[in-house]
Formats: sequence, C-alpha cells, structure tokens
Amino acid sequence: MDALLSLIHGFGVLGDPMNILYMFIGIFLGVLIGVLPGLGGANGVAILLPLTFSMPPTSAIIMLSSIYWGALFGGAITSVLFNIPGEPWSVATTFDGYPLAQKGRAGEALAGAFTGSFLGAFVATLLITFLAPLVARFALQFGPPEFFAVYLLTFCSFIGMGKESPFKVIAAMMLGFALAAVGLDTVTGQLRMTFGSTELLRGFDFLVAVIGLFGVGEILLTMEEGLAFKGRSAKINPRVVLQVWAEIPKYWVTCIRSAVVGCWMGITPGGATPASFMSYGLAKRFSRNGPRFGTGELEGVIAPETAAHAAGTSALLPMLTLGIPGSPTAAVLLGGLLIWGLQPGPLLFVEQKDFVWGLIASIYVSNVAGLIVVLTTVPLFAAILRIPFSIIAPIILVICAVGAYTVHNALLDISVMLVFGVIGYLFKKLGYPLAPLVLALVLGDMAESSFRQAMLVSQGSLGVFYANPLVGSLVTLALVMLFWPLISSALALFKGRGDSTLASSK
Amino acid sequence: MSHPANGNETTVSSRTMELIVAAAFMGVAALVMYDSWRIGARWGSDGPEAGYFPFYVGLIMFVASAATFGINLFAVSASSNFVGRSELKQVLQVLIPTIVFVVAIGYLGLYVAGAIFIAYFMVVLGKYPVWKVVPIAILVPGVLFMMFEVWFLVPLPKGPLEAAFGY
Repeated sequence: MDALLSLIHGFGVLGDPMNILYMFIGIFLGVLIGVLPGLGGANGVAILLPLTFSMPPTSAIIMLSSIYWGALFGGAITSVLFNIPGEPWSVATTFDGYPLAQKGRAGEALAGAFTGSFLGAFVATLLITFLAPLVARFALQFGPPEFFAVYLLTFCSFIGMGKESPFKVIAAMMLGFALAAVGLDTVTGQLRMTFGSTELLRGFDFLVAVIGLFGVGEILLTMEEGLAFKGRSAKINPRVVLQVWAEIPKYWVTCIRSAVVGCWMGITPGGATPASFMSYGLAKRFSRNGPRFGTGELEGVIAPETAAHAAGTSALLPMLTLGIPGSPTAAVLLGGLLIWGLQPGPLLFVEQKDFVWGLIASIYVSNVAGLIVVLTTVPLFAAILRIPFSIIAPIILVICAVGAYTVHNALLDISVMLVFGVIGYLFKKLGYPLAPLVLALVLGDMAESSFRQAMLVSQGSLGVFYANPLVGSLVTLALVMLFWPLISSALALFKGRGDSTLASSK
Repeated sequence: MSHPANGNETTVSSRTMELIVAAAFMGVAALVMYDSWRIGARWGSDGPEAGYFPFYVGLIMFVASAATFGINLFAVSASSNFVGRSELKQVLQVLIPTIVFVVAIGYLGLYVAGAIFIAYFMVVLGKYPVWKVVPIAILVPGVLFMMFEVWFLVPLPKGPLEAAFGY
C-alpha cells in the first residue's frame, strides 16, 4: 500500500510538463541511437549525459532513462527491416523478424515486437514498484562486508553466467578494477599508477571508456564487415496493429515466461542479451509453433523482445536499491546519479523519495509514450537507415569525440577514447566480454572501499565474510557462481557416466 | 567471427593475436602489481595500505591471462585467420583518418576538424561528388555548434576559425 501511495506521489512529480517534454525528446533520441550502428544504449546515454548537467536531477534522469527505453525499442526496427541487430539484445529478434519482413509482413513483426517490449517492460516495472522498497529496507541493515559480498556476487555471476572463457571474463574484469584504481587514493591520499603524469591524476572515466569501447569499437567492426544496407520497407497502419493485438492473447504463456526470464536475468546481472536468447530458446522448445520458428513466426519475435525489455527495465532494481547496476547502460545511469550527488543505494529511498518515485512513475509513462512514438515513426527511422554508412560513420565518430571531450573538458580524453575503441575492437574479435570491464570500472572504487572497511572492522581477518548467516550465504553463492563452469562440467561428467552405466546395464 | 585462411588474405592467425593480447594483459598486470607493491600492498598500522586491493587485482589478472596464454599456446586445433587483408584495409581506412582527426582537434578545434573529417570520409570512402559532400560537412558541425555553444552552453575545443568569429 505504501508503494502505491508513493507511486501516486511520483506521478505528481511527472505533472511538470517539462518532464513530459524531456521524456518524448529522450525516447526519440533513444530510438535514433538504437537504430544507428555504433551508437547504443550505453554510449548514447554517456554522450548525452553532459547535455543534462543544466537540468534538475529528476528531469535529467527521466530524459536519460527515456533514451534507454527508446534504444531498447529501436533495436527491433533494424533487426526486422534490415536483418541487422542495432543492439546485441535484438539479435534473437532477427531470427523470425526478418523472415516475416521478407514475406511482406514487416508491419506485423514490428507491431508484435513493440507490443512484446511494452508488456515485458510493464511486468518489470510492476516488479520494481513493489519489490524495490522491500529490497531497499532490507539493504539498510547492510554493513561493509554485506555490500562487498553483493559486489562479489555481481562479479562472480558474470563468470558463471557468461558464455565466454572464464579466464577472459576475469582478465577483462580485473582490467576494469585496475583502471578504476588509477589516480588519487581517497583513503590514504596516495597516488596510484600515475607514474608521475598529472593527466593520469584524474584517473580513467568510465564514460570515456564506454564511448570508446561501444562506439568507436563498433564502427571498426561494422567497417570490417563491409556493411551494405538492403532494407525492407515498412508500413504500419492501425489495422495491422489491432490485428496483432488481437493475436497476442494467444501467446500469453510465452509472454509470461519471457517476462519472468527477463526479470530474473535483469536483476542478476545477466543482462538483456542472454535473456533474449534464453527466452527465444524456451519459446521454441515449448511452443506448439516451435518447429516453425525461424521461418517467420510472430511468437518468435514477441518472445525475445519481451524478455529483452523486461531485463533492461529490471536492471534498474539493483541499481536503485543497492547501487549495483545490472547492465552497462544502467551503469552509465548510475554514473549520472553520482554526478548529481545522488548516491544510489538503500538510503536513496529514504532521503530522495521524490526522485525515486518520480523515476519509477516515469518508467510507466515513458513506456506508453515509447510505444506511441515507435508505432508512428517507423517509416522515418527506416529512411534514416537507408543513409549510406560512409555518411553516417564519420558523423557518429565526431559525435563520439564530442561526448568524450565533454565528460571532463579534456582533450586527452578523446585520445583515450580512441585507444579504448581499438581495445573494444580487439576484445570483441577475441571474445573478451566488455560488460564486466565497464561494471568493474564503475564499481571499482565502491567495491574497494567496502572491502577495506570490512577488513578494518575485522582487523584483517577474512572471517568477517562468514560472520553472520546473511553475508555467509551471499559469499557462498558468489563462490558457487565463480566455480560454476567447473561445477557444471563436473555435473555433466557425473551425469554422462550415470547415463553410460545405465546404458551398459541394459 | 573466424575467416577461412586463404593464401592472399592471410595476415596474422587468431592464435597469435590471442597470445599477443594475453601477453599484453600479463604485462599490464605486472605493472599494476609493481606499482602497488611500491606504494605498499601489505597491512599497515592503520589498516590495508593503498596498494593492497590493486595488488591482488593485478595478481588475479596475471594468473587468468597466463591461463589464456597457456591454453592458446598448447591449443592443437587448426588456427584461423584473425582478419582478412581486405578487411584489415577497410578497418585502417577508418582508423587512420580518425587518429588524424583526433590530433587535428587540438589545433583546428572540433568543428573545423569534424567538417574536414566528414568531407574526407565521404569523398574518399563514399566517392560522393563535391556538391553532395559540402552541405553535409558544413551542416553537421554547424548543428553541433548551435546545440553545444549556443543552446546548452557547453564549450567544445575551438580553433582559429571560431576565434576569428569572436567565440
């Protein structure tokens, strides 16, 4: 009931017409970012972050989160019309979306994708509304050891859940931590890894890293593939939309399952990309239409989109309540909050009620707004997509340079961005994941200070991480995730042996 | 993304690239450990010293990259080509002008360097006629200028041209 009252109060915050305007601008920019190659949710929000410095924090975060929802919607457009996923989480959407477009049913595919996205986001928002205050209240009891345990769990789940080599995940993650440590140590005042350079005193800003890794790196990769746009035209009219909406109740099981998968993957930092693949796989396995997946089934478009949006939205839950973002884009939003002096974490729900509930209320409204925007502007964005790459690429690179410069007004940051761009390109080609690197760069200082405080309390004994049942079970869970690749292969071996003995006894 | 290695497209094998990157990781890790040890990575009189946390970060990074290095060193599977020659050429066609662009920002300012960069890109890679190139190369930095300098009052690097106009 409390949550409901706070939410109504939050809608009051939204009453300011400027906030609604910022929301629509944000969604439009977000869809644009989602559609253009090389610009994505994470670096798009990073580039636009400096533009919001002059706004009040609530308006700024509403606009930035709207950009994020817009980018989630936008990925579907390129997947369906061009068979090019604009975002990693819309790869699974191409499997059935593009075949549908080839059959001339692009409008249906898009309407289905957008509606699925909307449903997924709606379920995740309900979850945030009612679960977030409880998690925040629970987390108020956390001390430094508990917080470190939660960080540990976050990072270990990357190792356990990732499909990349665990050694590469660890290496990328530790690189993030090491880069985060560069500069002035806030506890002792010592300089770390600056090697006498005053430029390094500032440390590495993760926003610059994000723009380089995801923006410049992506352009280099796209260039290598020698992209040629061959798109299908799309018309969406109200008749097609209504027809799809009439069809969707048939797929209610898939919708619910996808939303649940998405919410789970969003809260544990799996992120939207694995959620969309998992949801597509599950739908293919359990649906009556399963065997026809891949040839242009509407259900195969709805399943991944619902999950991706549910994951993208629910990634905000751990960010707001614990200060731990569930995705790189959520990490950029967290960086924005820190710049405005808002410390995400359980206290946010006590001290900044207006802000938190204004944001949650805005998620409801901006997803409705997003649905309207994308359904009406598809032809416009399809036209933007036909602009050749040799015009779009230099413009995006210029925008990336602007974004990197404005973070600190430092020229060196543009060069740093370029270096990160080359690193991003190499990492993607060799299968090093980027998300753990970015999250480690964001959370490095906080993880380190909670670790130090915990160690101070215990006078250097690691026993503090098993001092009470809560921290003990968190650490145990983290260790299970850390060694999950080993455990699962051991289980598979055990199971395999079981099967073979069964077979030989027959 | 493995490309079949055929005669004239071979540049460097994926395995070599894996080894180089893993070795670079180990080098960075060693540097991190060295510097952390220098400022103190043990338990001081008042708690953990400044290098305590980064030292272990470096250590874990070193061990993990050594494992990647080892796995690739002893890998028996046939190694694929890291990137084809024509693809590498396309990547460099973007990368080298971008480096020049970033260096030029320091001298010409972002707007002028951006205009030249967009124009170069469209003429050389896009093969567009000049009458199509010029409007875009002037319009995009112009819109950026309006957005940043005029509306949002965020100053970007400016060079002699802007100074001549009084900015």
